[in-house]
Amino acid sequence: MSVHLKQDKPDTRNVLDTMAQGVIGADLPRPEGLIKVTGTAIYAAEYRADGMLEGVLVTAPVVRGEIASINEASVLGMPGVRAVISDKRMTGRPAQGTAGEAPFQPAREVCYWGQPVALVVAETFEQARDAAKRLALDWHGTGDAPLDPEAAETEKDESTRKGDLAHAMAEAAHTVDVTITTEGHASAAMEPHAALAQWDGRTLTVHASLQMLKYNRAELADSLKLEEEQVRLVSPYVGGGFGSKLGISQEVVAASLAAMQLGRPVRVVMSRQQVFQTIMRRSETRQRIRLAADAEGRLTGFGHEALVSNLPGEDFAEPVLQSSQFLYGGDNRLLKLDLARIHRMTAGSVRAPGEAVGVQTVEQAMDILAEKLGMDPIALRLRNLPDAHPAKGTPFSSRKLAECLEEGAKAFGWEPRPRAPRHTREGEWWIGTGVASAARVHAVVEAKARVTLRPDRTALVETDMTDIGTGTYTILGQIAGEMLGLMPDDIDVRLGDTDFPPGSGSGGSWGAPSCGSAVFLACEGLRKDIARRLDIGTDDLTLKDGLARWDGGETALADILGGEPLDCIGHFEPGSSIEDATVSSFGAFFAEVAVNRWTGETRVRRMTGAFGIGRVLSARTARSQCLGGMTWCIGNALTESLMFDPVDGHLANCDLAEYHVPVHRDVPALEVLLLEERDAAASPIQAKGVGELGLCGGAGAIANAIYDACGARVFAYPMTPDRVIAAMPDI
Amino acid sequence: MAISINGQDYPLPADPRTSLLDFLRREAGLTGTKKGCDHGQCGACTVLVGGVRINSCLSLAVTHEGDEVTTIEGLGTLAAPGAMQAAFVAHDGFQCGYCTPGQICSATAMLQEIAAGWPSDATEDLDAAPALTDAEIRERMSGNLCRCGAYPNIVAAIRDVAGAEA
Repeated sequence: MSVHLKQDKPDTRNVLDTMAQGVIGADLPRPEGLIKVTGTAIYAAEYRADGMLEGVLVTAPVVRGEIASINEASVLGMPGVRAVISDKRMTGRPAQGTAGEAPFQPAREVCYWGQPVALVVAETFEQARDAAKRLALDWHGTGDAPLDPEAAETEKDESTRKGDLAHAMAEAAHTVDVTITTEGHASAAMEPHAALAQWDGRTLTVHASLQMLKYNRAELADSLKLEEEQVRLVSPYVGGGFGSKLGISQEVVAASLAAMQLGRPVRVVMSRQQVFQTIMRRSETRQRIRLAADAEGRLTGFGHEALVSNLPGEDFAEPVLQSSQFLYGGDNRLLKLDLARIHRMTAGSVRAPGEAVGVQTVEQAMDILAEKLGMDPIALRLRNLPDAHPAKGTPFSSRKLAECLEEGAKAFGWEPRPRAPRHTREGEWWIGTGVASAARVHAVVEAKARVTLRPDRTALVETDMTDIGTGTYTILGQIAGEMLGLMPDDIDVRLGDTDFPPGSGSGGSWGAPSCGSAVFLACEGLRKDIARRLDIGTDDLTLKDGLARWDGGETALADILGGEPLDCIGHFEPGSSIEDATVSSFGAFFAEVAVNRWTGETRVRRMTGAFGIGRVLSARTARSQCLGGMTWCIGNALTESLMFDPVDGHLANCDLAEYHVPVHRDVPALEVLLLEERDAAASPIQAKGVGELGLCGGAGAIANAIYDACGARVFAYPMTPDRVIAAMPDI
Repeated sequence: MAISINGQDYPLPADPRTSLLDFLRREAGLTGTKKGCDHGQCGACTVLVGGVRINSCLSLAVTHEGDEVTTIEGLGTLAAPGAMQAAFVAHDGFQCGYCTPGQICSATAMLQEIAAGWPSDATEDLDAAPALTDAEIRERMSGNLCRCGAYPNIVAAIRDVAGAEA
């Protein structure tokens, strides 16, 4: 049995609200919690296979060139060394998210410093590591390698023009024209990229750390010139992704090639430095924001132009303007994105590509405008929420932005007033508060899941969807439990195996609405079948606690099944419901900071985030996703920055000691409000994504709080002490 | 020539280059201890040696002859999870779960350090016993990175266990 839906219309039935089990959205623990806290969850590098060899990648110490020769003899005599792999199918870059085809080959053509070019395989890790360090390479240069995005050739990626922004700026009562820069970011998932490949002569099985198995399978098959059916990927636990595991990366292909060549299982785990040097970066950006407003603070013009970068041959351009298209009004609009071609490692998706750096700059500009107008920053935002998409005219499917600003302000204790810095000092610390809106475009993709109702009052959910810490196990269990009248403890959710029906993969915040909808559809199919067996209408059927009830009767689910399992595949496809409307999640951030008057050090003292994400599927994991996003806001605002050597192009801070992600002491108490919302156009379960919204704009709230505290308007992220001090007016 | 892990003896590795972390994960098959950076920067590999927390990636296995090592597997099991493990589940003190064993080992030793009166950078009065404040917990746990951003929930879990023990 299967149920297919291409969602062309909003689904206002709110079916999940009419069920009886009472577990949808509930604050329940994760089903995989105990195995994670006891160390018994098995991650990619932790599988074992008889006769397994260890591989260590060798990387290029040059930014652009061609590997002319690899002196295999330099290491083949070393103890335990079995092979040097430099097959033409080795990949030099990771695949972009949803690529579904081989990434850049051959690896010998070096396009950035640290690109993997060979794999040394030995009996033990220590032997392979030692030999990899000693492998002699020769290369020759292959042309210029521009390293500076400001000096490189650019391509126009996209632009939106409406009216005449320059004219609006000239005529406006108040204007803002600022240029703000952000540095590159690393995903820095805690689990390094790893793969264990096994080849039986026909089928390749790879345990790897991946986010999107359906696409990854196609990418690996294409890289190796195998049929997709010959490739099985297994990835039930993923130690964080944040975009870095959307596409297959170099160790997956290298391990596979080695296993196929040597006829033994091969494991390849990237070092932390290799992860930094060869996996996706978020592009640095230079953004110009122009705002034109009338005397009452109504926007008449809105401009957002950005410069981002990527390697030659990569289509991805950090979509900085994504939410700027519709967040605020203004009849005269100019949005323009340019892409510079430079030789830093591949730019790709890092959590919330686009909005993660594109919203905070707009929010800083809005703060400046509010100050010029003498308005409370929240009042200015509320005055400029457009009735519909300013360029396309499509209505918002649902938008809780005003409510998030208002409810968040109440929870935070926001004092509505025009900003005037340096109002509060505690010892050597200036104290201030700031606000910012949050926005993240909604996306759903095709997804399938199989749900099997079993005679022992349990159910099985299977899809190749992954749980990268986001809570997939939790929400799919709660959706199936609600629909089938079972407690989530009785739902066995199995993920991360291409033997299961292909899901959406984790990325773009689309996992929950896409795979959740597939599970929902499968359950609708099962409910229909149960109703048919009982000879009642589906609407008359209530499933609760393993019982089927209807007007005048009740029977155990097990009896209906007659001892046989009953399964259904749900197949969800996005349709025009998300094209006929502007579908986005929204929210608001509030931050209180202390800025040291002598050192410029900024400490975030507390933050509140209020978010509208459609239906909340699990209160617990949704909140945790928001906590994570807000934590990223702190790193984004204050510490995170990829630093490239301007001469040879190497990444100078390629580890966790030098690339500063927030640590415990950087993160204060964070408050999360999830507003009640149903978005009928977003998905048949009325849910939008939550994995990224929490980081879309919050760094702007911190920037605005820094200004409110000490009077420093900093136009470069991260706002490190030197930058804050330089921007601070004299005391 | 043995090293005791969770009460069981294992022979020392033949290759002196083997880190304690790799020894645990590979020779002992105890993969609960995680490798996040191999350079003592992330804390995912935290284990207890003689009750004291260390980064097992920064230590060679052969230097631990006769030592008693406790890993996450020694702090509780699926059937009988330890108090800190149960508190992490109850407070959702993890997401992807990769840094989690290190956080739990670290937190376990950290509470003993506070009980023993060891000061930290967050201790305001060095003459008094350190108080079990959120600031103390955060400072003392700052060697354990969590990229998912579960920090507030981790602090809540630790506070919960500490309160129960106090």
